[in-house]
Amino acid sequence: MTIANIAAEVPIASVPFEIERARADFPVLQQEVHGKPLVYLDNAATMQKPRQVTEAIDHYYRWDNANIHRAVHQLSERATQAYEAARNKVQHFINAARREEIVFVRGTTEAINLVAQSFGRSRLQAGDEILLSHMEHHSNIVPWQLLCEQTGAVLKVVPIDDTGELLLDEYERCLSPRTRLVAMVHASNVLGTINPAQKIIELAHARGIPVLLDGAQTVPHMPVDVQELDCDFYAFSAHKMVGPTGIGVLYGKREWLEAMPPYQGGGDMILSVSFDKTLYSDLPYKFEAGTPHIAGAIGLGVAIDYLETLGMENIAAYEQELLNYGTEVLAQVPGLRFIGTAQEKVGVLSFVLEGVHPHDIGTILDHEGIAIRTGHHCAQPVMERFNIPATARASLAFYNTKAEMDVLAAGIKRVGELLG
Amino acid sequence: MSELLDLYQEVILDHRKRPRNFHSMENADFQADGHNPLCGDRVTVFLKMHNGIIEDVSFQGEGCAISIASASLMTESLKGKSSQEAEGLFGKFHDLVTDESTHREEGLSLGKLGVLAGVKAFPMRVKCATLAWHTLHAALAHENKMATTE
Repeated sequence: MTIANIAAEVPIASVPFEIERARADFPVLQQEVHGKPLVYLDNAATMQKPRQVTEAIDHYYRWDNANIHRAVHQLSERATQAYEAARNKVQHFINAARREEIVFVRGTTEAINLVAQSFGRSRLQAGDEILLSHMEHHSNIVPWQLLCEQTGAVLKVVPIDDTGELLLDEYERCLSPRTRLVAMVHASNVLGTINPAQKIIELAHARGIPVLLDGAQTVPHMPVDVQELDCDFYAFSAHKMVGPTGIGVLYGKREWLEAMPPYQGGGDMILSVSFDKTLYSDLPYKFEAGTPHIAGAIGLGVAIDYLETLGMENIAAYEQELLNYGTEVLAQVPGLRFIGTAQEKVGVLSFVLEGVHPHDIGTILDHEGIAIRTGHHCAQPVMERFNIPATARASLAFYNTKAEMDVLAAGIKRVGELLG
Repeated sequence: MSELLDLYQEVILDHRKRPRNFHSMENADFQADGHNPLCGDRVTVFLKMHNGIIEDVSFQGEGCAISIASASLMTESLKGKSSQEAEGLFGKFHDLVTDESTHREEGLSLGKLGVLAGVKAFPMRVKCATLAWHTLHAALAHENKMATTE
């Protein structure tokens, strides 16, 4: 049995979406924390892994571990086949036109850095502009700031309104003849806002400007079709979509990727090397220097199998229902104020509680077995926009339940009683 | 649950609600800003010194219950102490909230500061409890740069 076949042979929860059956695939959810059943609501930071994913990784290391693309022996052939099969799965999952457009990287952050350094450094000059929004994660701010330091380019930031929605008119006004790239989050990790990606891309393309989308918070929660979006680059991470850490994807349109110089140099990204000249490999290998995270890619492939078996449409519909319910029950908690109330949202419930610091909320909820995130969520400009130091954030996944939303609301009420 | 109640004792809740010496100080001899970049907490510590003795101390800022209570209790414990004694107290306090071998009795020797011994069970919150103290250290060392828990 080769790894590539494993996913088909491991039973996965069947369609239609059955929550209890899906939950049973996640051993980590079966535990108690501080004597209470774990309620894991930090999914925007990382999602839990189903046994199908961890078993596939375990299987690879036990039976198939070998380097890829190099050797002629059986193990290397299996490893190569499984690694490349994962690339095909990613291609189909986001509906990329070609498998060469799928580059394996460490995660969303590396994907953005790759575009900044390879695309950006080779094209941008002093005075050129990169357009971001006010709701970006640090990983879609800092790589561009580094690029600006290197090239003299400047960042322009599109403002957001009090609900956390992008101001489209302002966005259009910000697109200038000097804009060389729009780099924007598809869905905000703090506010949950789903940006109108199609509109953003249309408006940029009308002026010949390419668009990168940070899809870390969308790919795990809704169907994403890069051809339909017509985005030029799309970045996401496996660990936020029930896959392993340390692996992610940069999707790039072939014409861009072909025109871009390599990001890193090393083994496996070359056709030939002499001390005079190196010929680079074809896509996508030009961007995959060194031994990659083979087990990670395989785990990502199985994560995609898992999500597809549940169905991304089903996941999106279920999480919306859960978000609506969670919003309703949390709105009844005295003193609670939501940060991020956009019309279109992924399952993110960010809030502040009158007179109570989010860190205190986090610690007290932890003692109720509830794992949420507190802090600035690596998006300090968003905090500054809303004039708060931090928020408490419950972020949802398909394995969460309405009952857990009730436990969360009760926990927050208890915080109020203890500290209010 | 008892750990949680240890952390959020009455004294701590009281100092969080009514922080002592919570104001900026005109003509402070030294002051320093502290920042916990992970949670965004900020504090400024003001010192008035006379012959090497802390004559007055105050603070301002925003933060969680633990950081505000710790800063408030710190200011109460510093008046009349020399810089050296203050630094020594910081060392003892740091042990109280981090060192497993520091016993409750030793905590008692720190007076009211002993109520923060519960922080030890919450390693993620040590930075909250020590932010004001790191800032005090920066103020005493006349460091202009911002103190940080990182």
